[in-house]
Order: sequence, then C-alpha cells, then structure tokens
Amino acid sequence: MEFSFYPGCTAHSTGVEYSLSTHAVIDALGVELKEIDDWNCCGGAAAHSISKLLGLALPARNVAQAQKMDLPLAIPCPGCFNAVKRAQNALTSDPDMRDRLEKIVGFKYRGDLEVKAMHQVILENFSLDDLKNRVKKPLAGLKVASYYGCALVRSPEIVEMGDYENPMFLDRLVEAMGGEPVDWSYKVDCCSADLAMTHGKIAVEIADRIMEGAVEAGADCVNSACGLCQINLDMRQSGKKARKLPVLYFTELMGIAMQIGDREVWWDKHIVDPRPLLKASGLV
Amino acid sequence: MVRDKAFADEVIERSGQNIKLCYQCLKCFVGCPVAPYMDHKPNSIIRMIQYGEREKVLSSHAIWLCVSCMACGVRCPNDIDMSSVFDTLREMSIEDGLAYESERNIVILHEEFVRNVKLWGRLHESTFFMPYMARSLDLFSNMESGILLMMRGKLPMIPTQIKGIEEIRKLFDEGYKTQGELAGKE
Repeated sequence: MEFSFYPGCTAHSTGVEYSLSTHAVIDALGVELKEIDDWNCCGGAAAHSISKLLGLALPARNVAQAQKMDLPLAIPCPGCFNAVKRAQNALTSDPDMRDRLEKIVGFKYRGDLEVKAMHQVILENFSLDDLKNRVKKPLAGLKVASYYGCALVRSPEIVEMGDYENPMFLDRLVEAMGGEPVDWSYKVDCCSADLAMTHGKIAVEIADRIMEGAVEAGADCVNSACGLCQINLDMRQSGKKARKLPVLYFTELMGIAMQIGDREVWWDKHIVDPRPLLKASGLV
Repeated sequence: MVRDKAFADEVIERSGQNIKLCYQCLKCFVGCPVAPYMDHKPNSIIRMIQYGEREKVLSSHAIWLCVSCMACGVRCPNDIDMSSVFDTLREMSIEDGLAYESERNIVILHEEFVRNVKLWGRLHESTFFMPYMARSLDLFSNMESGILLMMRGKLPMIPTQIKGIEEIRKLFDEGYKTQGELAGKE
C-alpha cells in the first residue's frame, strides 16, 4: 500500500515525536509513504488570516506537487490537512479562484487527488480487529481523553470527517490498543495555540480549561493528533488547579501497544514526561 | 460616527457569507473559545457590519483574536461561516490601513510567519521568532517556552530552502501585499 506524503513544517521541529512515531506505526503496518517533491509550507494560520489568495495558493502548490505522484496523499498535521482540503474545495467550487490559482501556481488542477489525514490512512485500511491483533502490550487500565481540536473536524463539508461535535475515531483507536477511552466535554474545543506567542495568558487559560476538563473526566493522559495542539497543551497547562497530564500523540499510544519504535527518544521530546505514568501503568 | 452603507454588501460579496440572515441567536458567541477576550463578540461584529460601522469593525481587537477554529460556523443556524467573514475583515483591515490599530503583535506575527515562508519555502521557527521579537519589542514573554523547546531539541537552528523558492515568491508577488506596501502604492 502506497501513499504520497506531506510531512509539514512541524515534522522536524515542535512535532518531531509525532513524525517519528508516525513513521514507526506506518512502517509496522507495511504502508509506504513517498514524500512529495519539494513541498512548501501550507501557510499555517497566518497566510489565510492576511490574504485569501495566498492562503489558498500555498497549499495549492502542494496539490500541484502531489498530483504528479498519482497516489493518495497522506498528511499527519491537521492544520496542513485542512489547508490542502480548503484549497481543493476552492479549486473545485470556485471557477474564478481556480483560474487565478492555476495561473499563479502554474499547474492544471486534475481534481482526482485523494487527501487523507494520518488516522484515516490507518483506520480506512486496517480493521479494528486487525489492529487489535497487532497489540503486544495492551494499554490496560490507561484512561485516555482523546482531543480532536478544530482543524481535523471542521468545517465538516470540507474535511469530511463525520461527526464533528462528538467524533469517536481516536477513541476507537485507543480502545483497539487496549486503552480506556474517556468521555469528556472538551474534545472539539479549540486550544487557541495561535494566540500562544502574542497572548500567553489567554493561551494558558484556554489550555487549562481543556486539561482540567480531562482531569475531571478521570483521564490519565490526553491523546492528540495535531502537532500544534500537542505542544500547546503540553507546554501551556499551568497545573494550578489540576495536576498536569502528559499529552501523547495517537501514534505514540499505538507505538507503546504495538511495542515498536525508539520510544525513549519520543518521551525525551515531551514537556510533561509521560514516563512516570507509563511506568505506573506497567507500560515501560 | 460615519456609516458606510456599502460595507455589509462588500463583506457579503468577498466572504461569500450572507450575514443579513443573522438573527442574533448568540450561538457563535457562546461556542467561541476567545469570545471572553474580544472587545466585540462575533454576533456584535455581524450587527456592526449591518450598521455599516466600517472603521470600528476593521480596527477592532476581535477580528485579530479570532483563531479560525470554525466552531461558530458549524453551529450557526443560518450557515454563516464566521471564519470566512473574519478572514475577509482582516484582509479589509490591512487594505484600509487599520491592521496595526488594535492587535499590532498578532499582525506582526502573521507578517513574519509568511515572510519566513517567502524566505525558505517552509517555516523555520528560529528565524521566524527572532524578527517577530524585534518588531513587537516583546523580548521576554516567550523566553521560557523558547528555552523549553530548545532543550527538547525542537528548534532546529539551520534552515533549509526549497528548490522551487522562486515559485513561492511568485505566489507572494501575485497574492499578497502588506499594509505598508499597499500604503506605498497609493
């Protein structure tokens, strides 16, 4: 099974353990990821905030690069995934914008590029039973609050991810890995990472509300599928009203359960060290 | 107060969102993670647009504090995607020369982010943070997180430039002007 692959800028920086654990899981599943040639930044939260055209043109160039590979495109970062889907939506539904984008990017949009978020690559190609059979060390007793954030589930007509108020796909993955999904109220509340640099106090208040919600629901850790959410929640939670929780990527949880990858290197990248929890749960 | 009667129509045309349908149910407001910090809540922004309060809207804190999480849009009973409205308002705020009025640092952050992408083709955090700090004169509030990230090996020092950097710069030439560039042109 082959996918073209867009790593995104955080793969080598703030989300390096997401990248490492993703590759470990994907390799173990026998999926091949072929990095698209000379990809560029999708523009993040900045480009669309100051220019509609630039916010669509940057991801459109990645669509142009990915089209050449004739493979479905896998994107681990929800922000990049969302940007590419938005660009595709504009290319499909707005003929004037399509003309402008094709002209400035210098390509012809074919309209046949399938784009998948990383959890879709796993869940659409491997049954939960198949995944369960690959578990060597079940996450027994580990209570996990899965956090979906914004870009992965909204807007629903663009990202096409199903239930956007109470998504369950990461919870199902946790369950398949032998963990205990926790029902909680903040799974699709935005963590407002974009305000972290300019309004640190607001970012801390919002991160705290989400993390305190996870503690209140009885979670041992939070499960994330986004490099920006992970670093924001991991770093900004103040621990003032509730204890700090480790924030793990779903691929890291899969890595533990499947006993794959150089996991010590992943844990070194976390702000709140997950090792004490993993040790207490018998998972190290 | 000067009322701009064409303001609402311009916002509707550019954002593709029919804000005239809003009946002030406040769902956008109650679901918004940053509404508590906004000077005008999302529903008030809509009303102000309808009233033609162009300058007040385009120089508000709210339009820059919106983090585009799209929670408002999916809950609106009239299918108004407020994120698209906010994107449009920010663009108009730059065009009207009002972008630095309220949330100067957020604007600088966005500008430096895309400038970094124009430089390398991909975002390189270290060379993005430094000019932001210099321009915003905010030298200390991100010091602790910067050090933490560096200690965890999450801030690579050496940037890499993509081969097609000229293609990226072309996107900027055609697709984006800063407030300063727009002012210089007039």
